[in-house]
This record gives sequence, C-alpha cells and structure tokens, in this order.
Amino acid sequence: MATPLTLKELSKKEILLTSGHRMCSGCGAPIIVKMVLLASDYPIVAANATGCLEVSTCISDYTAWKIPWIHNAFENAAATLSGVETMYRSLKKQGKIDKEIKFIAFGGDGGTYDIGLQSLSGAMERGHDMLYVCYDNGAYMNTGIQRSSATPYGADTTTCPAGSVIHGKPQPRKNLTKIMAAHDIPYVAQASPSNWSDLVKKVKKALEIKGPKFMNILSPCNRGWRSRTDDAIMLSRLAVETCYWPLYEIENGVTKVTFKPKEKKPLVDFLKPQGRFKHLFAPENENMLKNFQEMVDKEWGVLLKASGTE
Amino acid sequence: MMAQKSGRIVAVTGNEAVAEALRQINPDVSAAYPITPATDIMQRFTGFVSDGKVKTEMILVESEHSAMSGCIGAAAAGGRVMTATSSQGLALMWEELFIASGTRLPIVMALVNRALSAPLNIHGDHSDGMGARDCGWIQLWSENAQEAYDNTIQAFRIAEHMDIRLPIMVCLDGFIISHSIERIEYIDDDAVSKLVGEYKQLNPLLDLEHPVSYGPLILPDYYMEYRKAHAEVMSKVPGIVLDVAKDFEKISGRKYGLFEEYRLDDAEIGLVILNSAAGTSKDVIDSFREKGIKAGLLKPRLFRPFPYDEIGNALKHLKAICVLDRADAFGGSYGPLFIDIAASLYPHKNGPVLINKIYGLGGRDYMPSHAELVLNELVEIVKTGKVKMIKEYIAVRE
Ligand SMILES: Cc1ncc(C[n+]2csc(CCOP(=O)(O)OP(=O)(O)O)c2C)c(N)n1
Ligand code: SF4
Ligand SMILES: [Mg+2]
Repeated sequence: MATPLTLKELSKKEILLTSGHRMCSGCGAPIIVKMVLLASDYPIVAANATGCLEVSTCISDYTAWKIPWIHNAFENAAATLSGVETMYRSLKKQGKIDKEIKFIAFGGDGGTYDIGLQSLSGAMERGHDMLYVCYDNGAYMNTGIQRSSATPYGADTTTCPAGSVIHGKPQPRKNLTKIMAAHDIPYVAQASPSNWSDLVKKVKKALEIKGPKFMNILSPCNRGWRSRTDDAIMLSRLAVETCYWPLYEIENGVTKVTFKPKEKKPLVDFLKPQGRFKHLFAPENENMLKNFQEMVDKEWGVLLKASGTE
Repeated sequence: MMAQKSGRIVAVTGNEAVAEALRQINPDVSAAYPITPATDIMQRFTGFVSDGKVKTEMILVESEHSAMSGCIGAAAAGGRVMTATSSQGLALMWEELFIASGTRLPIVMALVNRALSAPLNIHGDHSDGMGARDCGWIQLWSENAQEAYDNTIQAFRIAEHMDIRLPIMVCLDGFIISHSIERIEYIDDDAVSKLVGEYKQLNPLLDLEHPVSYGPLILPDYYMEYRKAHAEVMSKVPGIVLDVAKDFEKISGRKYGLFEEYRLDDAEIGLVILNSAAGTSKDVIDSFREKGIKAGLLKPRLFRPFPYDEIGNALKHLKAICVLDRADAFGGSYGPLFIDIAASLYPHKNGPVLINKIYGLGGRDYMPSHAELVLNELVEIVKTGKVKMIKEYIAVRE
C-alpha cells in the first residue's frame, strides 16, 4: 500500500541514505536524496554521477546507500542507468526477475546540465523507464566551486571570480528544465527541499509514470553559496518565494505551477544571505541586480503564461 | 579422443561471422553505436533482434561513451553484455574502458581495428587497439574471419570465468577481414551455447536482497591493493585462455594457443606479426623454406595479458627477428608489438637480433614483396651481424 503523504507516516519509513556519510553539514543534497527515496513505495536501484553526493556517500569500504547503487563516471549516470534498466527489462522478460523495481539517477548540475547533457538527452529520447534527478547547487562544488551552466548570473565562483573588471558569472543560467521538457517526455518537474510535500508528491507521481522522467531540484550548498550551514532550507524557500526557482511540473506537455507565492519577494532577499552575490550589492553593480531581477521576472511571466495562470 | 566437428561451411565476411557468433551466444543486453568498419556487425545483429532470433535487448545509444557506459550498467546489473566498435569509437570510450575493467565486468567487445584520426582514415590499422592495450582488458587478436568467429565465442567463456571477470576485446582487421568474404566453418548453435554456458551472476546490482554499491571512491589507503589485485587476475588469464581453447577444440576441431607458431621450431630468422598480415607472411615464409632458408613466424593471439615467458621461450633460439607493427608508438622508440617482444626476450642473454618495421598504417597494403624484403634483410643480418636500422617505416614515400 502506498504511504500516505503525511510527515508522520513518512517518518516511519526507513531512511535509505544513512547518516555517517561525509557530505558537509547543512548540505542540501542528502536532504533531497532522503526525500526522494522516502517518496517511493517501490524498491529503488540508483545511479549516481561523480560529484559531491557520490564521493561523500561511498568511500570504500563504507557505503551510506542501503539500496543497490552504482557510480560509473561524471557524465554518464543516465547512460549507466539505461544499461541497468535495460538489463532489468531483459531479465524480466526472460522470467529471471519478477520484482517491480524503479530506477533513479542522481546527478549534480555539472554532471547534468554540462558534461552529462548528451547522455541524459539520449536516455530520455530512448524512453528508458527511469527518473533522473538533478540536484542543482549551481556549480562544480566537488572540485571547488567552479562555474557551470547552472551557475546563476553574477555569482562569484572560483572560475568566474568577482573581480574589478568581470563581476562574477556574466551569463544567465541555462534553463535545463525547459530543455528536458522539450524532449516531450511524460513528466518534468522542478522542486525544492523547502517544499517537502510538493517534492515528495512529484517524485511519487513520476514513479507511477512509465517512461523517462526528469526532476530538477534546487540544492543549497553552504560552501559554494557562502552561506550559513543552517540556512539550506531557508535559502531554498527564498529561492521559491522570489520565483528564482519556481515550483512547477510539465505532465504530458501540460504546464502547471505547483506553488504560487502569495506575494512574490524581491530577488535580493534570496541573494543577500549568500556570499557569492556579495559584490552585486556594491553601488557600481546596481545594474546587475536590476538585470538579474528582470531575468527572474521574465522567466516567471513566461511560466505563468505557459501554465495559463497569468 | 578425436576432435568432433559439427560445422557448417559458409562464405561470409569477418563482420558477418562475428555477428553470427553473437547470435549464437544470444546476450541479454547490447549497447552500441555505429562506426565504420564495425557498424556492420551491429547492423546484422540488430537484424537478428528485429526478427526475434535473439532475446537481446538493444540500447541504441547516442555515442560510444554511452555505449560503454550502458554496457557497464547492464553488466553490473547482472547479465551477459556485448558491443562492437572501431577507432574513434574506442577512443571516445577510453575513460569507460578503465571503469569496465576496474569494476571487473565481463563485457565482450569486437574491435574492428581501424586507424585513428587525424588525418581521418577509416581503414585497417592497429592504432586503436594498441592505444587501449594497457586499460586492463583482455585482448584476443584474430588473423581472419574464422579466428574472429572462434575468438568471439571463446571470449565470453574467458571473460565470464569466475576467476577472471574481466572485459575482453576481440580484434580483427578493418576491411581486410571485416569486409572480405572468406570460407569459414560455423559451429552448431547448440554446441556454442553449451560451450559458453549460462551466464553466472556475481554481485548483481539488481539483487534487492543483497544491495551492493558499485563504483566507490577509494583513497590512497586501498587504491593500490585494488590495482594489484587486478594485475594478479590478469596473470591468471593465460591459463584460462588455454583451458577454454581445449574445450573449444572439442567442438570445432580447431586448436588455439596463446599465440601461433608457424614453422618456428627450427627457424633461424622469423617474423612477429599480428592479425591479417600474418596470413600473407606465412605464404612468403613457405617460399623461403622452399629456398632452404629456415624462416618462421610467430603471431600473438592473447596480446593482453602478454604472455612474455611463453613468447620469449618460443623465440629465444632464433638468430634474427623482425617485429612488424601496424601502429607506431609516437615518441617511444619502437612500435608497440616490438616493445613487448623485446621485453619478452630480455631475460634471454644472447637472444636474437631484433628489428622493427612499421607497415600498413591507415590500410596501406601489406604485400608478399614486403615480407620478402624483410626476410632478406634478416638473412643479411644473420650473415653479416650488422643491423642498418633498428626501426623503419616500410612501403612508404620518403
Ligand atoms: C570527465 C571528468 N571531468 C572532470 C571531472 C572532475 N569532476 C569531478 S566532480 C566535478 C564537479 C561536479 O559538479 P556537479 O555535477 O555540479 O556536482 P557537485 O559536486 O556540485 O555536487 C568535476 C568537475 C571528472 N571526474 N570527470
Ligand atoms: S561542498 Fe556543497 S554540495 Fe558539496 S557536500 Fe559541501 S555543502 Fe554539499
Ligand atoms: Mg553542482
């Protein structure tokens, strides 16, 4: 029987990513993974791209994963899981396996937006029955906070450092969720750990759908965001409430905003607590803040229009 | 006991023969991507899939990197897996080759040898396979379509052996073998499946009762022990290759070793050469023998792990040897095959004089006249004791 979606019921379930892993305290990624795994009423087999989550959860001879888990390399969690899922189908067809298993890939933004985009696109196009979850912390954190195509506009990273001439990342971030939606797969969603029930619901829904699914989940990283270790949930909430990270889903082509803030907060509320945006608050960068706000407004407008909730 | 033959005589290309072996083996999953001259294998194989002649689930990926990634996922999941590639495809897989072997996954791959870019060239040479010789895979090299077929069948048994569990490449020459029609003998389906046997799982990822983690981070505290374990497994491969060859002989009547010795016992001069060019060379060896010159040939089959002791012993009595390489090792002094042959003779004091010729790159023809020239040079070396040049490109414009 499916677990009812209450904190009380969910809390009775076994946590499938154990404590004792070596991610930084206050990291968003393990919170997300735990929520995703809690959402499932099926056994899960997971693949993981190289990155913070992977290097910190399975350091030989220990593993934090209580489920079957495979790490292959950085750019190929989707292709690797394609192989696992296909073997599952083959063995099932031959009657060598009978259990219903669900397949989930976890990749960071670098492993998903950048180096793993081709592998992901291929897996989605081929129609494998899997859910790909990108935990987007907006940079290559594992290797020391280098910029990725998910890094927000203006952010200071170690490869686009805020200097006297260039003030952080000059480009806006890539809209991967839209790119995945353009694959016309049955389910694409964006979620945030601040809205746990929304996140869990989306995972549940995704797992009930046959075929390729993609979820992009905002993953606060206090090291890279230069924020306090206990601010992960607060920051992800601000990302949602400022509409920097809108919560929505696209199911069979139909866009639905799943959370509309009563009052859209100004973007600076999200930026201010993060050291990576500190330089944007210098008087000479006022323009960048304005640009950034305009980008967010525009995207939010496009999304509302797409969902018919303008 | 008399070897039992059960064959069907056919006239097929090398690729067709490999595809037929794969049909007979009937793997659980294959992930593949097209590249000349290997494409044809997978085209033929997907024909079998579409006609329901095999149970294999195909993953028609978007790159060779994903092909090998998919094979790794599928093999880890717990079943029989194969693929095929050439040249650029193998180069794109490079990262994954090490992960397949380091994870000890028995993936079988046909490597239809082709030159590497740049300049772009789709024809046969060994640069691709040689570039991957140290990636922890087993490599079997094949002279002709028959050997490619036979090696493909044996490859599954070797790779999946419980003492081995390593990926394996079966190499055959692009176009020269992959696309030329030869007379070969097929073994019956039943005999092939019996020889290869049911796939035996080892720590399958899909075992929910015993969840395993594949692909851990291993720090300096243990990484080296894992590498050493891999090296030790490699050293068990030759014995298993010979065991499998014995079983194979029973169903085919064809004998295989770690390498082939051709008129080598009493030879004074000899050629060492891989794959298709060995066939041409053997004819020339025969004509030298007719002239009363004691010439012989050694053709490696198991190239990785390289059977140094056995090859050293097989060659040590010769006076002069030419190692012919269909690939160069840029920046190293000699071709890759030469380096290994030299190493295998290193323990033998007063061993043969060695020279190295680079031939046939990018599909350049290797002609009987080339073998003749080389053998004549060896005769001269034995006579005078003088070597003009240790390494040289042959049949090339200056
Ligand atoms: C082919 C390849 N290139 C580069 C790397 C180095 N590398 C490992 S993890 C990583 C960054 C991961 O970033 P992301 O996917 O965003 O995950 P995060 O660490 O931020 O969680 C990089 C660059 C690698 N392992 N493989
Ligand atoms: S660096 Fe960031 S993403 Fe990586 S473990 Fe630490 S907090 Fe998490
Ligand atoms: Mg990241």
